[in-house]
Amino acid sequence: MLPCTGRIDESLLLKAFENGADGVMVIGCLEGDCHYVNGNIRARARVERVYNILEQINIGPERIRMYNLSAGEGAKFAAFTSEFVTRVEELGPSPINLARSNGPKESEQEVQAT
Amino acid sequence: MITGTPKPIEEILEMLEPYDNIIVAGCFGCVTVCRVGGDKEVQVLSSTLRLAREAAGRKIEIKEVCLERQCDPEYLEPMRPYIEDYQAVLSIACGAGIQFMAEKFTKSPLLPGINTGFLGVTERQGEWTERCQGCGDCVLHLTGGICPVTRCAKSIFHGPCGGSVQGTCEVDKEVKCGWQLIIDRLVTLDQMDNYGKLKPYKGWDSSRDGGPRRIIREDMV
Ligand code: SF4
Ligand code: SF4
Repeated sequence: MLPCTGRIDESLLLKAFENGADGVMVIGCLEGDCHYVNGNIRARARVERVYNILEQINIGPERIRMYNLSAGEGAKFAAFTSEFVTRVEELGPSPINLARSNGPKESEQEVQAT
Repeated sequence: MITGTPKPIEEILEMLEPYDNIIVAGCFGCVTVCRVGGDKEVQVLSSTLRLAREAAGRKIEIKEVCLERQCDPEYLEPMRPYIEDYQAVLSIACGAGIQFMAEKFTKSPLLPGINTGFLGVTERQGEWTERCQGCGDCVLHLTGGICPVTRCAKSIFHGPCGGSVQGTCEVDKEVKCGWQLIIDRLVTLDQMDNYGKLKPYKGWDSSRDGGPRRIIREDMV
């Protein structure tokens, strides 16, 4: 948990995928409501950049999404979360996790063979 | 500052095809300021490459470093003890930095991660424009602080030429005529007499025409 989505940068989001996430959901305050003026606007731009990166490397851009919510919108939070989780489940494991579950031995052999 | 743009990931992945463990080296100089080759870009590029390679079934190991400057020998030296533990270096400094590293570490293949651009300024976040071509014989005092070499598409010295139409250059309607800018500025400064002071011809011997240049400051060496 971060005090402001403005602290999120591209490398943190990509690290989540490196650490095995199948999807990453970024939830910021409502636009216009940022305590630090434009933290959530910056976060949106960074999420968009990561979206483009994921698209370029065929990880699947839909695996990242930004939502805006106020702290009082618990029900909406739950709805957004299940919506996103369902979407990621439909997409299945990320290509990284697929490669990892194919077993490190196999890919090691491949590396040695080339 | 020296500007640049990131190379497409696909092109970088192709360059990295023969390698499984590399260094990604950034620079805290110009390329940090124009957001193409600093510490942050090292992290993002390295993560991107690791993800792409692992998804393709062939992991890559990356050491992430960011040097104070890649164009000064003392900042390159700290890499010497470990550089040969890696198969190649992907540098995201400017072309000068990349070449200097290649010269100092002759056994390591050096790969460019960015396309180096020009000597320019930041108009606003995300927009840079060219200002100087390093001609080696500056005339800005005579041209109202506007460079005819860079701002005039033909680098002429007694413009505007016939291709100047209502303040725009014939090469592109989005490009302002450099010479119109110069004349307007000289009028504003009440310095139109400078126009006549410009040399009848510009010597280019101090520019790139004689091949790669060298500066030796006797007072400093
Ligand atoms: S290596 Fe290039 S980008 Fe880095 S400080 Fe030197 S001139 Fe600037
Ligand atoms: S006149 Fe030469 S040195 Fe001066 S700004 Fe133009 S290119 Fe650069």
